[in-house]
Amino acid sequence: MSEPTLVVSKIRAGTVIDHIPAGRALDVLKIIGLSGREGIRTAIIMNVESKKLGRKDIIKVEGKFLKQQEVSVIALIASTATINIVEDFKVVKKFNVEIPELIEEVITCPNTTCITNKGNEPVKSRFTVVSRKPITLQCSYCGTLVFEDELHRLIKV
Amino acid sequence: MSSSFMGRDVISILDFKRDELEKLFELSDKARRLVNRKLRILEGKVVSLAFFEPSTRTRMSFEVAAKKLGADVVGFSSEESVSVAKGENFADTVRMLDSYSDLIVVRHRLEGAAKFASEIALNPVINGGDGRQHHPTQAMIDLYTVRELFGGIDGLTYAVVGDLRYGRAATSFIYALTLFKPSKIYLASPPILVARPEVTSLLKSRGIDFEELSRLDEVVGEVDVMYVTRVQRERFPDPSEYEKARGAYRITLKLLEKAKRSLKILHPLPKVDEIELQVDSSRHAAYFLQASLGVPVRMALLAMILGGEL
Ligand SMILES: [Zn+2]
Repeated sequence: MSEPTLVVSKIRAGTVIDHIPAGRALDVLKIIGLSGREGIRTAIIMNVESKKLGRKDIIKVEGKFLKQQEVSVIALIASTATINIVEDFKVVKKFNVEIPELIEEVITCPNTTCITNKGNEPVKSRFTVVSRKPITLQCSYCGTLVFEDELHRLIKV
Repeated sequence: MSSSFMGRDVISILDFKRDELEKLFELSDKARRLVNRKLRILEGKVVSLAFFEPSTRTRMSFEVAAKKLGADVVGFSSEESVSVAKGENFADTVRMLDSYSDLIVVRHRLEGAAKFASEIALNPVINGGDGRQHHPTQAMIDLYTVRELFGGIDGLTYAVVGDLRYGRAATSFIYALTLFKPSKIYLASPPILVARPEVTSLLKSRGIDFEELSRLDEVVGEVDVMYVTRVQRERFPDPSEYEKARGAYRITLKLLEKAKRSLKILHPLPKVDEIELQVDSSRHAAYFLQASLGVPVRMALLAMILGGEL
């Protein structure tokens, strides 16, 4: 991994999400539920050079160890992302992201007459994976198909 | 016999297997022989009809079916539902109905409402139509009608005509056919009302031979079963487009000159003017028979779900 020229100090302990497609870091943060108001030291590095991707984004989250199931859903918009768990400045664990079979709450159904968009009801959005490459999801309630190119617009804030 | 139906929700026709539907049809045959008797099979059971969207036919059909089996029926339809109009949420209404009934039939204008209800209710839920998506009991009746007319469902050529985008009966009928082996399915609709992507992709993945058409007259001679639905004016932004579409998908005696003698026309009813009145008395009209089979099929289904022996 070539270190980007934009200098951001290494984290002592926490999670580094590397190889995010350029420009997608903010969406990734949304997906994992970090708004910046949690008080967690976070570095967002965007559009830096990458051997693998040309350009990429990187997120470093200090003091928070993300679990595989928490971050797997990132694969919806950043399938190339790699997760590095850092302890004492060293990477102790590394894994890739893979879309889970069931995706709950993360995405809004694009169908305005879907029960999950009604509001004032105890119902969460729920999608199953129809295809992984290219990504196609299906709403478990209304059957609507969601295609890869519309995913980034449907991520819940 | 009814073990796989006991206590079961009926949300989508796709939840069923072919052999399960065949069992249902056998029991529907039996229900037809009993349809003029007052039975006590479901005595002591309460069926709730929760029609958040008005419907006369479906609601009455369920009510008659339940009462013929001896069940008590309670419920509302949207016009009279005070608390629903006041904005009480759907989930609370379902919970209330679930607490004093053994089965709930739900109709709602939003897709997924019946599925959501089935996740809340402890007792079984039957989808009486959710938005544009599913109308599983209608599909059961439609298949049963085809079986009655042709002795089976496989090997026939079907044309599904009209509003395939928003029409839940048409959508459910297409879904239902994927459980069988149709020879071919023609989907004939105006371009803005074509079948939704989830429908055509299911047809593809199940290897069903189908073709989308914007004209019906070219294929009418091949078709065994024509399933006609209404094309509604409000779907068209441009009134002249509506007039064109209405003409193109109207079933007339003239169009039927090219049809097989054995062609049968189905329609979920109510119909307005999408089928010329003179067609009603032709050999092709099967929609009144289809409508008359609604009660026995729903009787069979209710009996199987609630564990009554017909
Ligand atoms: Zn949906």
